[in-house]
Amino acid sequence: METLVYKRPESLLKDGHFTFCPGCGHGVILRIIAELIDEFNLQKDTIAISSVGCSIFLEKFFNLDVAGASHGRSPCVATGVKRCKPDKFVFTYQGDGDAATIGFNETIHTACRGEHITTIMINNTNFGMTGGQASATTLVGQVTTTTPAGRKPELTGYPLHAAEIISQCDGTAYCARVAITDTKNIMQAKKAIKKAFEMQIKGLGYSFIEVLAACPTNWHMTPVESVKHIQNVIETVHPLGVFKDITAQENK
Amino acid sequence: MKGDLSVIISGFGGQGALFAGILLCHAAVFEGKHTTWFPAYGAEMRGGAVNCSVNISDREVPSPVIDEADAVIALNDASQEKFEHKVKSGGFMIINSSLSHIKPKRTDIDYIKIPLNELAQKLTQPAFVNVIALGAFLEKTKILKIESVKEVMKEMAKTVSAKKAALLPNNLESIEFGANIIRQQMVTV
Amino acid sequence: MAKVLVKGNEAIAQAAINAGCQCYFGYPITPQSEIGEYMGKHLPKLGRVFITAESELASINMVIGAGTTGTKAMTSSSSCGIALMQEALSAMCCAQVPGVIVSVMRGGPGLGNIAPAQADYFQALKGGGNGDYKIIVLSPSTVQEAIDLTYRAFHLALKYRNPVMLLADGILGQMMEPAEFGEYPYKDPDVSEWALDGANNRPARNVVSLHMPEGAMEELTNEIFEKYELVAQNETTYEDYKFADAKLVLTAFGSVGRVAKAAVDRAREEGMKVGLFRPITLFPFPDKDLNKVAQKADMILDLELNKGQMLLDVRSAVFGACPVEFYGRTAGGLLTPDMIFNKIKELYSTLENKTQAGVR
Repeated sequence: METLVYKRPESLLKDGHFTFCPGCGHGVILRIIAELIDEFNLQKDTIAISSVGCSIFLEKFFNLDVAGASHGRSPCVATGVKRCKPDKFVFTYQGDGDAATIGFNETIHTACRGEHITTIMINNTNFGMTGGQASATTLVGQVTTTTPAGRKPELTGYPLHAAEIISQCDGTAYCARVAITDTKNIMQAKKAIKKAFEMQIKGLGYSFIEVLAACPTNWHMTPVESVKHIQNVIETVHPLGVFKDITAQENK
Repeated sequence: MKGDLSVIISGFGGQGALFAGILLCHAAVFEGKHTTWFPAYGAEMRGGAVNCSVNISDREVPSPVIDEADAVIALNDASQEKFEHKVKSGGFMIINSSLSHIKPKRTDIDYIKIPLNELAQKLTQPAFVNVIALGAFLEKTKILKIESVKEVMKEMAKTVSAKKAALLPNNLESIEFGANIIRQQMVTV
Repeated sequence: MAKVLVKGNEAIAQAAINAGCQCYFGYPITPQSEIGEYMGKHLPKLGRVFITAESELASINMVIGAGTTGTKAMTSSSSCGIALMQEALSAMCCAQVPGVIVSVMRGGPGLGNIAPAQADYFQALKGGGNGDYKIIVLSPSTVQEAIDLTYRAFHLALKYRNPVMLLADGILGQMMEPAEFGEYPYKDPDVSEWALDGANNRPARNVVSLHMPEGAMEELTNEIFEKYELVAQNETTYEDYKFADAKLVLTAFGSVGRVAKAAVDRAREEGMKVGLFRPITLFPFPDKDLNKVAQKADMILDLELNKGQMLLDVRSAVFGACPVEFYGRTAGGLLTPDMIFNKIKELYSTLENKTQAGVR
């Protein structure tokens, strides 16, 4: 008897091959998102909002309608789409340079308005596409092309903790930071993103998932070293966890 | 042009200079005339200098901006100083002598000095200096009927809050009183 | 329908509602805040969308979101607020997203002041955004025209899938005069061919402004510029005010256009052959028509509430057919009928002298 063990999600284009660097986290997250959209049967009702950075080429991978946004403005574009089409499923896919740096004001206000959209923010603690410059989430001491001697707080301050801040906004229904460093974590990440999607489907408010992801190229590490770096270093600064879940009470 | 008139109404914020202009424009529309209202004000919500330029005409009004006005209504001393030179030769200026003791500088225009704030005390409170001045202006120029302004006030009362609508009798009293000031020559000309 | 006394800003807002504007996104700024206030009062009652955004950046990007779904949406702002929107306007032109932007100009540069001005002609027409793009720009001179052009703005935005700006100034925004709303007179095109609403029984589609493959961006830009050619052919409008026999032709846009009419009338009363050419569409600029006028005129006098911005387009259109003079004030300094009339008299006398001397 034949058993189906692998199926390409309908929400991914058949010829949409990922073009990310070896060991990059984006492909895993995009696949999780596509699987979940399939599971919720939302492929025909989804409008994805791309951003600027390695997160930009959604239309190359997703078999979904895609609206593009300029640097940091995806939550605004998503707001415009969702308010016009409240029955559609709308999510933004952004990096830390986009959602937590140039567009953090937009992210916060979208959360405060409690827009019924979902943001997936990939945090690899640098501007990946432009060649590894320091972003708002860059760790103290982290070497980047713009902090060649490591990020020094006295010069460039401290890392921004996006999920923690977004969890403080009254309009946020669900907010978590996850990692994709091993199978268990990938399953956890999928569970969190699923929960975030449910918040939107049920109309409960804004949901925000921060995913710690590897950027081996700009970190100058092997993919294996990158995973260890997330576990041993990044998670100590940007800890994993669910920071807000307005349905937590009823689930107990 | 016959039937054309331009007036600048000026005061400090809160005196109702802008609103007096709006009433005038509504009355003009009520009588089927062309009209424009154009305000100028500072950044303050209250107390700053404000003024509006109003044109009333039988033809389309090309310029809402007034070079020289047929009349100026100055609700305070600063307005008198600012707009005295803007009155057309042969025109007139209503001065609020309760708040301005500045001597008129020109001999080619008429000055109508009305102690607006003091006279307002004689009426049912609150009474409105802007509306009293408007009544006097209309009686002096006859450009529009006092009755048209009253009709406009009644119409407006239907669309504003109950608190504001309750002031309709006071407004009607103020406009009539303003007209009477001119009719009975209760002023120093 | 009877004429009602209405403030320019509120007329624009009500016209937008009549035009079927489903969403308004804005951020307060003088001298146009009445537009947002009016929308905030009326749109929710109609079950439509109103958001006071966190910034002008956010407002215009919300307009983009609405526009990608083919929904009629609008934002409004003034000078420094419009400056913040330039990135998005460029992106809208590239991704071909419709949307209406109302710009009620105040004094600048910088925070400037809150008095009326027209110094954002370059901002609207020559763009602060990146790349080759054009916004359709409509310039009303009366409250009635503000209503009519607001209707037209919504129609053109959908017809050409391009941002359309209603370029008003503080005079028009703040003034009141009687006007008639009538009904939205246009039949809008079907958006289902391109709008995003989920890939239901059709291939997924996208509305984006990044086009990386070799040659793709140039090809797209060429297509978009062919569209602009069509806009120029179909939509160019201007007002002819007594310029047929005019020796001196005034050019002015927006509220200055109406003030200039008063000066033209006075000059005519005194026997001077003066007329006014008032562009209503600033892009497309009526350059061919203005050139024809210039061929017959002895001189053009361009009037603006800035240091000479439309002047460049006027000169380019006139292309040396006759001399072009400029007279303007800026940052809250207003042109009055008297000022314009005196300038006319001064220039007209030089024309008369030349004619007498046999020089043309």
